[in-house]
Formats: sequence, C-alpha cells, structure tokens
Amino acid sequence: MIFWEIFIAFLIPNLLAYGGGPASIPLIEHEVVDRYAWMTQSEFSEFLALANSLPGPIATKMAGYIGFEVGGILGSFIALFATVAPTLILMITLLNLLHKYRDSPKVIRLSSFVLPAIAVLLITLTFDFAKSSYESNKLIPTILMIVGSYLALEKFKVPSIIVIVVGLLIGGFLL
Amino acid sequence: MKIQIQLFKAFFVSGILGFGGGPTIIPLLHKEVVEKYKLMTDDDFSDVLSIGNTLPGPIATKMAGYIGYRIGGMLGLINALFASVIPTVLLIIILLNSLKQFSNSDFINNMSKGVIPIVTVMMGLYAFDFLKKSHKSLGLKISAIIFLYSFITIVVFDLHPGIIIASLLILALALPAKGGKEQ
Repeated sequence: MIFWEIFIAFLIPNLLAYGGGPASIPLIEHEVVDRYAWMTQSEFSEFLALANSLPGPIATKMAGYIGFEVGGILGSFIALFATVAPTLILMITLLNLLHKYRDSPKVIRLSSFVLPAIAVLLITLTFDFAKSSYESNKLIPTILMIVGSYLALEKFKVPSIIVIVVGLLIGGFLL
Repeated sequence: MKIQIQLFKAFFVSGILGFGGGPTIIPLLHKEVVEKYKLMTDDDFSDVLSIGNTLPGPIATKMAGYIGYRIGGMLGLINALFASVIPTVLLIIILLNSLKQFSNSDFINNMSKGVIPIVTVMMGLYAFDFLKKSHKSLGLKISAIIFLYSFITIVVFDLHPGIIIASLLILALALPAKGGKEQ
C-alpha cells in the first residue's frame, strides 16, 4: 500500500533526526532511494540541490515534493503529516515534562549522542553524490565544480540559490 | 481573528524568506513573533526553542505548531503550520514540475547535471557542521568512539541507520550520567 509506505518512509527519519532538518536528509535518502527505490541516487541529488536552495524548512520541502511525486496530493499530505505531527504531538503533550528535564544530562545526551552518527551518514551521502557527479560529469569537471562551489558557498558566502543557478547554466552550456 | 492573521503573516514571512532551512528561519521567526507582533516574550521564545531541541524532527515546524497552538488554539496550530510549510512546498512542486516539461531537451537535462557537484559540497558542509557540533558537545574521545561505532555498523556492515541511531538514544538514557542534576 503506497500511502502506508509514504507514511513510514517519512515517519521514521523524522523521529530519529536530532539536529533539525539537515539531519533527516541522509535518513530520508535511505528510505526513498535504497529502500523503496522511488528515485535514483542522481534524481535525489538533483532534487535536493534545488530544494536546499529554495526557502523554507528542508524536511517539509522533501516530504511535500516526494510525497506528491509518489502519491499525488494525498501522498504529499501524508508525507507532511508523518514529518510534522509525531514530534509536534510529543512537544504539546509532554511540554511540562520536557520543561522540567530539559537541563538533565541524559536529555541533553539524547541529542548529542546522535550527532556523530548523523555526521557519518552525511559523509557517506557526500561520497555517494561525488560518485554520481563523477558518473555524469567525468572527473575534471567534477573536481573543478566542487572546488568552485566550495569557494563560492564557504569563502565568499554567495547565497546558495545563486550558486545553484550558475551551476544550472554551466551544466546546460558546458557539460 | 487579528491574532490568526498575525500568526499567518509571521510564519509565512519567516518561511518564505528563510533560505537555508530551519537555522535561518529561527532568527527571522524571532523577529516576527517577538519583536514585530509581540505574540510572546523573548524568554518564552527561547524556552520553546530549547524544549523543541530536546525532540527530533524539523525545528521550524515544531515552533510553528507549538507557538500557533499556544497563541491561537487548534486553529492557530493549523494556521501557523500551514503558513510555514505549504507556500514553499507548492513553490518546489510547481517549479520542478515545470522544469520537467522540458525533460526531452538536452539543455535542461544537462542543466541538472551541473548541480550534483554543488549539492555534494552542501552535504559535505553539513557533515562538517555536525562533526563540529559533536566535538563541541561530547568532546573528542566520545565523539570518536560513537563515530567509529556508527561508521563500522552503517558503512562496513550496512545495517539500517535507524537501528544505529535508536541504539544510541537508548545508550544516552541508559548510561549513568555525571553531574547528577536529575531529580
């Protein structure tokens, strides 16, 4: 049942993703690409590039769009519901409890213990994307574009939407 | 009604101007909710933020849902969530589907190839960010142990990352805690 799969594919990553939207990216990729094969690795990377450069929360942009592609408007709503509702319900119902324990070392550890694991997932995803880029763009263009976009994003702080538009144009004219 | 309109505007503006996801949305939201419409005090806002951070999932929607609920009840919750989520979801669905119209053009197909190296860099930067955060909150030794554990289980043995994260959450609660601030 496709709607159930959509629900599960977005529920699990968002229940585990401590550290906000970016933490959920590799977990969602695992469900969408590896487990359910709704998108190929390179489709996912192209989608993510645009999604990450448009405004708004990244987790809901992924859920809304992928849900829509896989299951239409209902699919989109189910994916968004699975993303937003569970932790929001926890927050509203457990507010007093969370308020009381938010400085407890164990509660702080919940979010910090997960950080190195998310880093491993993001590093793996980085390598997978580098490989996709090598397969579609060859070695030299991949290296040049990676160095160029690193300098633009990190050193010169160019807004990501501009970097992506330049990337699209370079892709269209040169690759 | 006035409150609902203010809620809608506050969450709509912070969502649609928030390039860079949650982390950039929070300061914008603070400006709208606390400074512009004075729907909450500064202290309340940081309180909600720190409680939101004790739970997983996207921070922007936890803030929208909770603040909406507290200020405007169930209608406020739906209103604020709708304003922060739907406009940018519609934007990406419309934009990508119009690009797809041209999917038989070589130019458009090649265009999308040009963004793969860029998203590679974006993910690399997020990864670096998480390494820095984990070094800051756990120190080098514990970070390295958890990093190696996750690397070996997820990359070498190809276990589902969800299982590994769940095991870390159980460890976080089960291991004895130093500091003893607990009740």
